[in-house]
Formats: sequence, C-alpha cells, structure tokens
Amino acid sequence: MANSVSKALIRRRFPSFFGIMVMCIVGLFSTIVVIYILAFLISILSPTEARVSIGAVFLAGVFIGFSVGFLKIYSHNSLLIGIVTGFSVGLIWLVVYNFRPFGFPEPESRNIIAGIITFPLSCLVTWKALKDINILRPERGHGELLFIRILRGFGMVFFVLIVLFPFYFMLSSSLKSRAEYLQDPTNLSISIARGLNQLFVGYTEVLNRFHFARYIFNSTFVAIATVVLTLIPAILGAYAVTRLYFPGRKLLSSSILLIYMFPTIVLVIPLYSVFSQLGLRDTLPGLLIVYAAMTIPVALYMLRSYFQTLPRDIEEQGLIDGCNRGEVIWRITLPLSGPALATVALYVFMIAWNEFLFAFMFLDTPEIFTLSRGMVTLNSQEVPRQYLMAGAVIITVPIMVLFFWFEKYLVSGLTSGGVKG
Amino acid sequence: MRRYSGMAAREARLALWMLIPAFLIVFAIILFPVFTNFWISFKSVKLGELRPPSPVVREQVVKQPEQPGDELIIRYRARNTSQNVALENVVMTIIVPEGLKPVDVGYDCSFRGSRLVCNFGRWKGGFNKTLEMRFEAEQSYFSENSGKGKVLGFTIDASAPNVLTNLKFTLKNYGFVLSGREFWPTLGATVVYTFGGTIGSIILGLFAAQLLNAKFLGKGILRGLFLFPYVAPVIAVAFTWSFFLDPFSGTVNALLKQFGLMERSISFLSERSFNIDLFGLEINLPLALSTVIAFESWRYFPFAFLFILARLQAIPSQLYESAEVDGAGAFRKFWNITIPQLMTVLTTLFLLRFMWTFNKFDDVFLLTGGAAGTKTLPISVYDNAFGRADIGAGAATAVLLFLFLAVFLILYFHYSPEEQ
Repeated sequence: MANSVSKALIRRRFPSFFGIMVMCIVGLFSTIVVIYILAFLISILSPTEARVSIGAVFLAGVFIGFSVGFLKIYSHNSLLIGIVTGFSVGLIWLVVYNFRPFGFPEPESRNIIAGIITFPLSCLVTWKALKDINILRPERGHGELLFIRILRGFGMVFFVLIVLFPFYFMLSSSLKSRAEYLQDPTNLSISIARGLNQLFVGYTEVLNRFHFARYIFNSTFVAIATVVLTLIPAILGAYAVTRLYFPGRKLLSSSILLIYMFPTIVLVIPLYSVFSQLGLRDTLPGLLIVYAAMTIPVALYMLRSYFQTLPRDIEEQGLIDGCNRGEVIWRITLPLSGPALATVALYVFMIAWNEFLFAFMFLDTPEIFTLSRGMVTLNSQEVPRQYLMAGAVIITVPIMVLFFWFEKYLVSGLTSGGVKG
Repeated sequence: MRRYSGMAAREARLALWMLIPAFLIVFAIILFPVFTNFWISFKSVKLGELRPPSPVVREQVVKQPEQPGDELIIRYRARNTSQNVALENVVMTIIVPEGLKPVDVGYDCSFRGSRLVCNFGRWKGGFNKTLEMRFEAEQSYFSENSGKGKVLGFTIDASAPNVLTNLKFTLKNYGFVLSGREFWPTLGATVVYTFGGTIGSIILGLFAAQLLNAKFLGKGILRGLFLFPYVAPVIAVAFTWSFFLDPFSGTVNALLKQFGLMERSISFLSERSFNIDLFGLEINLPLALSTVIAFESWRYFPFAFLFILARLQAIPSQLYESAEVDGAGAFRKFWNITIPQLMTVLTTLFLLRFMWTFNKFDDVFLLTGGAAGTKTLPISVYDNAFGRADIGAGAATAVLLFLFLAVFLILYFHYSPEEQ
C-alpha cells in the first residue's frame, strides 16, 4: 500500500520521456542562442576572435536544460538555484575545456568572466522558456507553445541583429583607418588609443577637404525649401478637396494617389532632356521643383485624410462670423492640424534629404551638391573607405535624430500615407 | 448638366484656384514628362544632341593698321557645334568702331549704322571655316583710342531645329531595345527581383510585427529600431552593405570564415551564380541577384511591418479568446484568425511593394550597378539613355517598363478577389 503510494508519488515527481525531451531541447536552444550571441559580440567588439566548439555547446545545453528542468520540478524558489547550476556548469566547462569557453588564446580573466556570464544566462533563458509549462506531463499545446517561444527568441535576436549591425558597422568603420580595418576585419570595436584627432580623421577630412560642410548646408536648404514648396499647394489642395464642392471632386480625390504610382525612372529622361534645354538641370530650383512635385501627391493625400477628421462646425462658425476662407484656413484649420502638418513636413523633409536619383542626374556643379550627390564623389578607389563611411554617418545621423525625436508622428504618418520607397 | 447657383459656382471657382498650384506642379513635373517620355521614345535622340547646335565664332586680328589707309584684317574661325544638324539663318552682327570702312567682306553683308550685318544662310553639320574680312582704317580710327588694337565686338545668331520638338518619328528605338540580346534576361531578372523583394519584405515584416504584437518592456524602442533601414538614406546603407560584403576585406566574409561556415570568400555582389551542394543536390543560386533581393527585403520590411502591426492591433481579442475556448493552438489561431484578418493589408502591401520594387532604381544601381545578372529594367533605362548616350532608346525602355507594369496591374485587378 505504502509502496504503491510512494511509487505514484515518484511517478508524479518524475517527468515523462516527452518532458525530458522538452527540457533538453529548450536548454539546448537557449544555450545556443546565448553562446553564439556572446561569441558574435566578442568577435566584433574585441580584437580577439571567439571560436565556439559546437559539441561542447551541445553538451552544455542539454545539461543545462536537464538541470533547470529538474530544479523547476523540485523547488519553488528556483531562480537562485538556476544561477547556482549555471555557475557549476560554467565551472565544469572551464575545467573540461581548459578554461577556454570562447577559445580565447590563453586562460585569463576574460575567459573566466565570459564563462561566469554565459552559463547562468543560459539557465535564466531556459527558465524563462519553460515558464508555465508542465514538464512532468506536458500537455498537447505545450510543444507548440515552446516552439513559438524558441522562434520568438531567435526572431528577436535575428531582427535586432540585422537592423543594428549595418549601422554599427557604418559607425565603427568610419572611425578606423584602412590598416586597422584590414588587420582584423572582424574587430569592429572603437578604440581611442590613437587619440581623438586620429579617430575622427575621416570626419574632418570629409567635412573640409571633400566639402561636406557645404553639402550639409545645401541638403538642409533643399529639404526645408521642399517642405515649404510642398506644404503650401498641398494644404490648399487638400482643403479644397475636403471642404469645397466642385464638379469632379470625387474623381480628383481618388486619382491623387494614382499619380503617386508613376515610376520615377520614367520621369528621369524627359525631365533631364527638357530641363537641359531650359537650363534648369544643374540648378537647385530645378531640383526643388522636382522634389516638390514628387511629394505633393502624398502630402495632399495625408492632409486630406486628416482634414476629413476635423469637425466642420468650427470652420462654419468662423465663416458665419465673417472670416473669409483664407482666414478660416489660417486661423482655424491649420492650428488644429499641427500633428498632421508635422508628420507631412517630416516626411517631405526625409524624402528630399534622402533622394538620390535626381540629385545624381541633375547636379554637376560641386557648389550645389546635396549630401546624396556628394557621397558619390567619395565612392572611388582613391578615397579611403573610412571617408565613405564617415560620409554615410554624416548623411544618416540627422535623419535618425529627427526620426527618433518625432517617432510618434512618423509612425502614424507612414501608415496613413504609405510613403513611397 | 446640373446648373450651379451663384454660391455653388463661387465655391467651385475658389476650389479651382486652390487646386491650381498643386495641379500645375504635378502636371509639369509628372504628367507632362510621362507624355514627353512617350514622345521621345519615337525619336532618334542622342544625349549629345539635347543641347541644340549653335554657331561658334572665334575672332582673331591678323593685321593691325599702322597709319591711315592701312588695312585691318580680321579672321573669324566659325563652326557649327553639331556634326550632323544644320544651322539655318546664321546671322552675324559685327560692331564696327568709327573710322573703319569695310573693304572686302566677301559675304552677304550690309552696313547698318555702325553695325555690319552678315547673312551666312545655312551652315551644314560639321561646318568649320575661316572667314576673313578686311577694313580700311581712316584718320578717325587712330584719333579715337577706344577702338584701336582691339578685336571687334560681335554677336551671332542662328536658328536650329530642336531635336525634341521636330516632327520626325521613328520606331527604331523599340526595334533596337526589343531585339537586344539583353532585353529578355533583363525582364526576367526584374521579375525575379520584384517578386523576391516584395515577398521577402512582406514576410520579414509579418514576422517582425508578430514579435512586437505583445506588451513588453522596450517595445517602443524596438519599434523605432526596426524602422531604421527604411528611413536611412539609401546611398548610405547601400555603400555600407557593399563594404561589409566585400570579398577581400569584408567583415561578413571574415566572420563566416571565422565561425567555420565558409571556406573561401564569397563576392556577394559581383558573382553571378553560386553552387550550393545541399545533401548531394546541386543548387545554382543566382548570388548577386539574391543579395540584392536580400537588401531589398531588409530595407523595406519596416514598411510592411508598420502596416501589419497596425492591423494586428486592431484584431478584436474576442476572436482569439473564443478560439482558445475551442482548444485552438497558436498556429491554428495564426492560420485561421490572424492571416484571414490580415488578408486585405497583405494584398495592398503586395500591390504597393510590387509596383515600387518593379520601378526601383537606386538600390540595385548603388549596390551592383546592374552587373552580375542584376540588371533590372530601370537600370536598363539608365544604361541606354546615359551609359550608351541614346536618349531615345532609354525612353523606349521606360515605355516598355511602364507597359509591363500596366499589364501586371490589369492582371492583378482582374484576378484578385473582391476588393473593399
């Protein structure tokens, strides 16, 4: 009697085969993610290269999954125990693999620190992944749930990596001389050992010798002028389309976006030809008018959507009180559409700032180059790549700063208009 | 037709005035050029002919008069800037200072006041001649210091036919483009690139939106981060990609080798094809084209991501709750609720991204310049018009691009399920 009770207890306390599989697989995946991320970070952020032994990771992963799973069954305050397990696994690793978790050349403090970080972290991730899952008797949906968790984990790592890596690469290689870079292409750490002057030599050269200071000014001017040139016709047009009745209103309203769909490359040849003959090609006004025309349809469309949400009563009240249309727009409609105007202005600014094709085709005189056009001059065999990347940072940073500052507006703007790209 | 009362007519007039600025700019820069492109595609225009031919004259004094009665001899080197287009009605007006009398000017010239107007008539293409004129100097020429020893001022005028506005049409451009060896491979690459880039960016966007469709710490920052590739200037990110994918010194190749995933360097952007040995199965991957597609997917997934995320957040949670009661797992919920709910936004995204990718020029141009099997139609437009300096052929390629896109849109709307 007592025997069978204890047997039942043990059975209840001991995971099924499926449960053990789950623990091991989760442990394995968590460890792989943690170790490879760390190895990657060590590779690119330090002069040492990290080599990971796949077999060792496999063993450690299974072991971690196993121990964390069992701890989870037998203990309730397991977080602490998880960390302790992590340390012990780390210790075993250090002993078995000769104190070299990432294959660093010699046993030194860096190895030990890496080991101390890696394994508890793997344990924690495993712990998180096993949350809410009955390891003793996994239910039907649990496999799926786990699969999705693993997928989410990989997904997060994947997306953060693909989004950040190119930009970090841009920044770090703008701060490295050719010799430094060639010496170890996987080392993307930023070292200030040579002094700040040497560190920023790419920037000073690009700004002065390659006239990027001038191009920054040109680009800013072009972008702001485009905003003004776009907003005025777009505001007037959007107001007319939403508030006034005229024949053909519906048709016009629905064809605005259609215009936006015209392939830009189809416009290049005729604009190039006609502007050449009119003497407008190599001039900033010529470029501005093209940018304005490219952004007016989407600006009009976005403003139209916004004006439709504004209540008409206030405007009508204004009209009754004796304002004319111009005053109504200036005093009532525009102050109410602050956020929409900010969104549209930012978008137009961004499009004009980033534009490459027309700047490249139209501008020949270095005095009026925009940054996009100026970047082309850096892309040559004679100019060090460091300068090219410094130029890339210079052209990217202002738009990123603006973007982070006004992220809220931009997100709503993107989905309301669908900015062409 | 409905008649408008005074108020309504005034309102319509006001609307017209308010729409005119936007309309004029859009007409001049978008609608009119589309028409012009069509026009140019039927004309034989080379890049160099865009600048209309003009007469160029250089003046040189051969002999200065020493004393009254001497001759002043001036030589004019005159040429037509164009090699094949004739100039009509070439008229040169020479300003003759006081005290000079034309002796032998040869051509059809007449004196009008202090101006000598010479009518040269027609200069053929490639016209290049030296004209000589003789003047006799009188006493007053020496007394007035102003004119002496200097060349004479002149202006020259001519009418030249404008290559763009004349009425000569040809089908040569289309024949050239369509019979070119490169045309059909280019179209093929464009279709692969467009489908690949469109589907790639939508799938990445779908995954990213799924990841962020939950409440957790740092979600706002991640959402901002995910938009980076889309808002950064294309020229900066394209150069960065080609730098880190570089086969000789690129970080990606170095990392792949270091982690033991590759034995030799791969030129991601300049190798046409790459053989993969997958369990004994040889797969030939168009490498450069795949890299360009990967770039396109990377750069535009944020666009799909935002649209999908906005739609995901609008799906009523009751749908999921009742599915859970029925025992549906996560994948079933995704297939049976999320995907149907996203269908409209996905089809819209597909349409938009397809059109924009089809027309995309900058990305491929900056990454590969159209080499190694990545030449798409927009690149071909550029190559014909500016690389080969044949504006007419470029315009014809652009018209074909436009037609292919139109055919696609017609097919799409014909076969797509009911739109809202």
